[in-house]
Amino acid sequence: MIEVQRHEHDVIVIGAGGAGLRAAIEASLQGCRVALICKSLLGKAHTVMAEGGAAAALGNVFPEDNWKVHFRDTMRGGKMHNNWRMAMIHAQEAPDRIRELEAWGALFDRTADGRINQRPFGGHTYSRLAHVGDRTGLEMIRVLQDKAVHCGVDVFMECTVIKLAVVDGKVCGALGYWRESGRFVLFRAHAVVLATGGIGKAWAITSNSWEYTGDGHALAYDAGAELIDMEFVQFHPTGMVWPPSVRGILVTEGVRGEGGVLLNNQGRRFMFDYMPEMYRGDFAETEEEADAWVTGDRKKNRRPPELLTRDVVSKAIVAEVKAGRGSPHGGVFLDIASKRDPEYIKKKLPSMYHQFKELAGVDITKEPMEVGPTVHYVMGGVKVDPETQAATVPGLFAAGEVAGGMHGANRLGGNSLSDLLVFGRRAGLGAAEYAKRQGRLPEIPQNLVNETVEWALAPFERSGGENPYQVQEDLRRTMQENCGIVRDQAGLEQALADLAKLKERAMRTGITGSREYNPGWHTCLDLHSQLTVAEMVVRSCMERKESRGAHTRFDYPDSDPNWERKEVVVRRDGDRMEVKVVPQPEIPEELMTIIKEGA
Amino acid sequence: MAKRVFRLFRGQGNTGQLVDYELECDEGMVVLDAVHRIQAEQAPDLACRWNCKAGKCGSCSAEINGKPRLMCMTRLSDYPPDRPITITPMKAFPLIKDLVTDVSWNYEVNRRLPEFKPRPPDFPDGSWRMYQYEVERAQEFRKCIECFLCQDVCHVLRTHRKHDEFIGPAFLTRAAAYETHPLDTNDRATYLKEQGGIGYCNITKCCTEVCPESIAITDNAIIPLKERVVDRHYDPLRAIVRLLKG
Repeated sequence: MIEVQRHEHDVIVIGAGGAGLRAAIEASLQGCRVALICKSLLGKAHTVMAEGGAAAALGNVFPEDNWKVHFRDTMRGGKMHNNWRMAMIHAQEAPDRIRELEAWGALFDRTADGRINQRPFGGHTYSRLAHVGDRTGLEMIRVLQDKAVHCGVDVFMECTVIKLAVVDGKVCGALGYWRESGRFVLFRAHAVVLATGGIGKAWAITSNSWEYTGDGHALAYDAGAELIDMEFVQFHPTGMVWPPSVRGILVTEGVRGEGGVLLNNQGRRFMFDYMPEMYRGDFAETEEEADAWVTGDRKKNRRPPELLTRDVVSKAIVAEVKAGRGSPHGGVFLDIASKRDPEYIKKKLPSMYHQFKELAGVDITKEPMEVGPTVHYVMGGVKVDPETQAATVPGLFAAGEVAGGMHGANRLGGNSLSDLLVFGRRAGLGAAEYAKRQGRLPEIPQNLVNETVEWALAPFERSGGENPYQVQEDLRRTMQENCGIVRDQAGLEQALADLAKLKERAMRTGITGSREYNPGWHTCLDLHSQLTVAEMVVRSCMERKESRGAHTRFDYPDSDPNWERKEVVVRRDGDRMEVKVVPQPEIPEELMTIIKEGA
Repeated sequence: MAKRVFRLFRGQGNTGQLVDYELECDEGMVVLDAVHRIQAEQAPDLACRWNCKAGKCGSCSAEINGKPRLMCMTRLSDYPPDRPITITPMKAFPLIKDLVTDVSWNYEVNRRLPEFKPRPPDFPDGSWRMYQYEVERAQEFRKCIECFLCQDVCHVLRTHRKHDEFIGPAFLTRAAAYETHPLDTNDRATYLKEQGGIGYCNITKCCTEVCPESIAITDNAIIPLKERVVDRHYDPLRAIVRLLKG
């Protein structure tokens, strides 16, 4: 019999970024015994890299801001594809979650009268992002980390979950391995909250780290849960492009929020040429007006077009490069040096200054940056109940990036950090309430454990097999080439064919060395998640024969009214991936009025 | 670009040796890129930690030619091309494997540090007013990315192994972040003296030198904390008695 360490809790949370930490805190405050499991060390999750800020209609800078305006901005940014109830809850609860963070010790930048300051960001009508320079995520994760630890949450670091246990149709545990020892561990619990983040590591150019292999998406899929909107993958417009080793690393939208402008190689501010019909009239029409807005007169002037939503800016950059107007290394120029003085830049964007200086040898207070789109975020994810974040399989919950619906076809910058807090809390609450209604913890059959352990150890039996790093690289290449920022049927079919071959190769991966801290082995196992999510994305992209938000097709370049308010749902049916299209819940009339006529 | 030699520590527990890897390198590469390339092409089981690759998460700490640094923020072009670059794990913590060390002690220390306790809200809606000049002092310390390089270089931990008696510069910085927080009311002076071992620090400033966030750890965090502790625990009467008794 295989030896497996065992733990028992009421609620387990997988992933320790903002959503996982907030969920764990809430479940713990509700009196539950909570385990928080993470692949890295505590405090290293993606949230730590978030730069710009957390969107919340606090109204500290613009008193006229309120939840309705935030809701409207979110729905319009999401191309009306959002789950309206999630967008509403998010807009209504975000201010309380930010204030709560302050009570737990967060120190946001201040307004002149001593309140939390708010900065402008793409797609937000008013300055709305609570921030700390350009290291907002670090501040949030430290505060949540300390709060969780002092709440008595049991933290299990460097532990990767590879399977959810489903007994009698309910999720009731998770099997994982310790990265350090390679030994296996079984967590039994009444409820499991997925907070595993995104999937970006399946593309070659991404701002995401090794952790973003879509584990939560794949775990939910394997457990039989439904996933939605997987065709909507956000390309952040500004990633670094040079030197090659830093390609994809994020350049915060805060640079544009603080006045940075996008230029082509002819020196033109090309974003003026890419104004979508939907936003006409909301943005500055001349450079003078945009500059006046930046330097402080925000009541009389309109926002610069650089602050259009991310899908629009990314596509504009691609078009400029394609037309031969790009920068030397295949991006465009992002210039803040000519708009702000060096002291201001260093104070407001210290880590950007540092990052370019150290990694590219560029002084952003003196010269422009070279930037281009990078895979950043997946809007799609586990289908959840907006109130409790419950997935379609009992006992399973999801919050943050791994959950779908909130951001529709395109996420607004700043809405992720607030999403983590609002729905992290709701998932923790939902899971705690569900756990309290359950009786005894179900037994998890030994064969369920044995099968998974045998599968996980198989790569050691195949020394001389495929190199897992090579398989991963080939996956990233085909997704980048065939399922990138603009897609078409032929490319997607090519991707699907490649995925089938890659799956076979993944079954043949072999590894040498011991089970102790063996990244090659970990990569063998990560491939299962990565290939599963890649297939979900490709199939969903094929299904949606139109362009909307972050999903753009060459062969169907326009939005199709027949596709409005319809979502693509993916679910496991035996060994087959089932894809279907279902209508979204109708938006209540009073909310439609807010969206159409303004708040 | 030309080939370079990387001399990596490989081993587990108490055993290990330096192993040379020769590698084709490209323009702009950092040390972490080289480690990843070695993993992908020559040593798939080579253990290292990393996450953000942009100096924001503090995962990839190691010693490069003997100096504690983040691998993701160290460019190959900073080193002479004809000599090997040596990469070894942090010395202040127990080795797990290759470049990975057991840093769990830091998390235990953090758990014991007296937590943040705010003063009652200034307004009935539960909010406070704080001004930018007030928060800036604490914000310096809150830049800490928990890379533990300051712990690694500190001779009290690295050489004298006083892990049981001294919390190290990283958590003195954390304590300073709380102590300078405009809303905090908790008192850490006794803790810092008795359990924190602040007296062990003899302000050699090694920690400040290696901090990738350029936090003035010694000058801005530790020295003011030392002053606070002395103020609190200095008893003039007892000092006179001690003087008279010799």
